Amino acid sequence: MVIVIITLAVVAGIFGLILGYSAIRFKVEGDPVVDKIDALLPQTQCGQCTYAGCRPYAEAIAKGEADINQCPPGGEATIIALADLLDVEVKPLNAAHGEEKACPTIVRIDEQTCIGCTLCIQACPVDAILGAAKHMHTVIESECTGCNLCIPPCPVDCIHIFEVKPTIRNWVAELPDVDYVAPSAA
Amino acid sequence: MTEYALILLSTILVNNFVLVKFLGLCPFMGVSRKLETAMGMALATTFVLTLSSVCSYLVNEYILVPLGLEYMRTIMFILVIAVVVQFTEMVVHKTSPLLYNVLGIFLPLITTNCAVLGVALLNTQQQHGFLQSLFYGFGAAVGFSLVLILFSALRERITVADVPEAFQGTSIALITAGIMSLAFMGFAGLIKI
Repeated sequence: MVIVIITLAVVAGIFGLILGYSAIRFKVEGDPVVDKIDALLPQTQCGQCTYAGCRPYAEAIAKGEADINQCPPGGEATIIALADLLDVEVKPLNAAHGEEKACPTIVRIDEQTCIGCTLCIQACPVDAILGAAKHMHTVIESECTGCNLCIPPCPVDCIHIFEVKPTIRNWVAELPDVDYVAPSAA
Repeated sequence: MTEYALILLSTILVNNFVLVKFLGLCPFMGVSRKLETAMGMALATTFVLTLSSVCSYLVNEYILVPLGLEYMRTIMFILVIAVVVQFTEMVVHKTSPLLYNVLGIFLPLITTNCAVLGVALLNTQQQHGFLQSLFYGFGAAVGFSLVLILFSALRERITVADVPEAFQGTSIALITAGIMSLAFMGFAGLIKI
């Protein structure tokens, strides 16, 4: 009886040691820096940085292929945060990629003019436009990131930019003397 | 050499683990809905079955038999299989992320595959040596893979077939498995071992 318990315990212990060692030996490192960079980007998926979205841009920054000043929606705050994370110099926003907006914006469709061509739906990177062919389209405002990619394809120019004014629901008090970046109104 | 060839032939066709011995039926029914998943499962099982067959032979021969603890086989083999599966998962994850994505969730599932335990126990029952255990495990795995892939290909066709309402879904799958089993019984006269 005792020998059974001892044998089982010893064998199980050896197996445990083997597994524990191999867990350290064969540890798989992900790339945490990409996740950290991606978390700092505004997730507008607007493509103004010339990459397909925020995640590919984050991967390009991590590889050193892209500069940190290519994100107009994030603007200066994002550049400072990225420079802080990656320990590099802060640079002004690269004007070739666009200008920073003073206030977060969204778009609305003038529903009287919309002809239901679906071109803006295909352009929207976050699927924030609802509609079907030859039916009126509308923008789901809580999903709109303000990337304005839907405006150039519109054949009747019925999409207009609106500023997001802070309301009693989404207003965030800015804390004094604390490094605090207000969440971009999405 | 003929002996090993016979073991392979016997385990793949004549004494097929799934269709003749009826072991490992749950993955056989569970992951045979799509050919791709069946292939992933077949690959993972082949690897684990061969390795665990050898490992359980070593544990039995050099730990259990010298100490006279043969009656502890079952629990010991379960332990060995669990460790082999875990270890395989870690190594695959590290060395080949592509293979890990293919095998993915199937690796942990194999722990509870009774064919794996069955092979280990049958090895000791039939008093196989080291190489015999290796070939027995590998043959069993190839047999399992063959049947699983054949069956999943059949099931993909059955889903688009015009099956009577009462037989739809799992019933027709079980009937198909039964007919396949009958077909495999035909190999019984091939060799005697």
